[in-house]
Amino acid sequence: MPEGTPNVLEVRNLRTVFRTRAGSFHAVNDVSFTLKAGEILGVVGESGSGKSVLAMSLLGLLPSPPAEVSGGPVLFEGQDLLRLDPEALRSMRGGRIGFVVQDRMTALNPVLTLGFQIVEPLRLHLGLTRRQARARAAELMAQVGIPDAHRRLDDYPHQVSGDLRQRVLFAIALACDPTVLIADEPTAALDVTIQAEIHDLMQELRQTLGIAVLWITQDPGVVAGLADRVIVMHGGQVVEHAPVDALFADPRHPYTQALLASVPKARVERVRRLAVMEGQPPVLRTPPDVCTFRDRCPHAYDVCHRLNPQRYPVGEGHDAACFLSDPGLAPQRPQLEVVDG
Amino acid sequence: MAEPLVSVRGLKVHFPIHGGLLRRRVGVVKAVDGVSFDVQPGETLGLVGESGCGKSTTAHAVLRLLDLTEGSIRIEGTEIGRMPQAALRPLRPRMQMVFGDPRASLDPRMTVEAIIREPLDEQTRLAAREKRERVAELMDAVGLPRGIGPRLPQALSDEQRQRIGIARALALGPGLVVCDEPVAALDRSVQARVANLLEDLQAKRGLAYLFISRDLSMVRHIASRVAVMHLGRIVELQGRERLDADPLHPYTRALLSAASEPDPVAARARQRIALRGDAPSPADPPRGCNFCTRCPEAMPVCREIDPATREVAPGRWVACHLHDPAILVRPDARPTVVILKGPGFNPAPPSHLQGA
Repeated sequence: MPEGTPNVLEVRNLRTVFRTRAGSFHAVNDVSFTLKAGEILGVVGESGSGKSVLAMSLLGLLPSPPAEVSGGPVLFEGQDLLRLDPEALRSMRGGRIGFVVQDRMTALNPVLTLGFQIVEPLRLHLGLTRRQARARAAELMAQVGIPDAHRRLDDYPHQVSGDLRQRVLFAIALACDPTVLIADEPTAALDVTIQAEIHDLMQELRQTLGIAVLWITQDPGVVAGLADRVIVMHGGQVVEHAPVDALFADPRHPYTQALLASVPKARVERVRRLAVMEGQPPVLRTPPDVCTFRDRCPHAYDVCHRLNPQRYPVGEGHDAACFLSDPGLAPQRPQLEVVDG
Repeated sequence: MAEPLVSVRGLKVHFPIHGGLLRRRVGVVKAVDGVSFDVQPGETLGLVGESGCGKSTTAHAVLRLLDLTEGSIRIEGTEIGRMPQAALRPLRPRMQMVFGDPRASLDPRMTVEAIIREPLDEQTRLAAREKRERVAELMDAVGLPRGIGPRLPQALSDEQRQRIGIARALALGPGLVVCDEPVAALDRSVQARVANLLEDLQAKRGLAYLFISRDLSMVRHIASRVAVMHLGRIVELQGRERLDADPLHPYTRALLSAASEPDPVAARARQRIALRGDAPSPADPPRGCNFCTRCPEAMPVCREIDPATREVAPGRWVACHLHDPAILVRPDARPTVVILKGPGFNPAPPSHLQGA
């Protein structure tokens, strides 16, 4: 992204806690990031690292109770989304902020036609007439690569293939010319050829429409081909943030290193064994006050068990929340061995 | 080469479509339509293709979980293609399956121990104590803590559940394990752990895998040879390295060009081969080559004649007119593509692989 591109979304110290009978669960902990106009920001991490809860928190989609979203501000077009009244937030969602959910099989209403489900936001948010909305819906379907769009408007979800449903979800999310699109693993269950097509479509849309995209995925291969910048999440925190090239060329957080090494590479000599990372992302009953990765980390030393690292800058637009990157601790650090896939 | 463990020839599985008032047969879905391959003892054959291409149907047919329409399947020299289910039962210990969905493939009301013990209960006359020991050994072998034996699968992670499914498949000491998308439902980081486990078990126990997946990058990692399926046919079959370096079929090239690439520089540099449109329906495949409607290199002949599977070099099979010298010399064909080099090029395919 060129310098000086305005931020369209600015998230500061977002926290989400689920308070249930079984206790508190800290799913998102002090997450901060910015999203610039026309940029694709990848959010990557394992299941349970807090990615989806982050998206739902931004959109105010979590039921409260049990969810408690605090911190902020989350600035979008000069307004703090966390402090917007429900009605105003509702008009934002599906309007200025598009959302593509994870599960394409259940996201569409089975008893309504595809056309109706695209027309609905157009009439609600933009106040188009039935006829105008229908014409626009056909246009949108064509835009997301659905052939024969006019005829498809009257199909029901069960009549079309899974990837077509996914495209319809994109059409709905894009219906009202959003500034920001939040996409939660929209291509995870699709065939690679279709995945690649949707990624191409995304690149095209952000170029033609200037949409900023928050793309959530657990597959580092997806962000490599798609994103401009990446934030890596673990334990509900951003553990590393970098431009995509820097992240893959020089991952600084041991978690990022392990995550990247666990994916089989396409074009290089086959490794005999995939590098693995033991354990799962932690379930946090209290706000993290020590490093959340310490128990899975091959480099953990005493300070990691006492304190939670802040995000230390390690390069241009690149930071890592790891004591290995803390310049002040350099003398006491144990000798580093390189972890590489 | 040694006697193959599994030998599949001309496998066809067709499903009738019933319709109309009288539920008459109105058509047929050719889910698998003439598939031939061998699996050698101790090797991994990858079977890759998009959803709906017939790879799971092939997997089920190889274990005779489905009845064949046509073709032959030999396992360890025994023809099982037409064998009645009762006669198959004593052979089952040698051929087992790992299913793709770890939530759906375990009985939610059975404990972990009972699930892993079930094959022993069914197929052996071991004493209870011996079974307990065997179950404990299996749990160790797949990396499950013994303490979870009395628990129900719902209390466990997907990874642990998939390990249970693997332990169950190994209980009777099989020679062949058919893995139907064994890692697809798991997280990327967990996929690596399960893939490594499968490889370790193969090395220790001499298992042969038929490894089915949509994920070409995982298949290329785990398989020694890879078969690429499109619409009920194997369009290409060759060793992993050759497939990588020199894919023969346009469909394979398209798949490779779309495969997930965890390297942003390489991802930007590559030329993606876009396929036009959806895969045709297996109920109504196009005339000629079944890939001709999507193929970026289709020639007129592809819309007329179904290409036969040919061995263009030792161990390298492809079903594509671009690799048929007889087609390429015809004046209406495009003469520009000449890929037929390779040592030992053999224009006459063995009779059993000649087109139907």
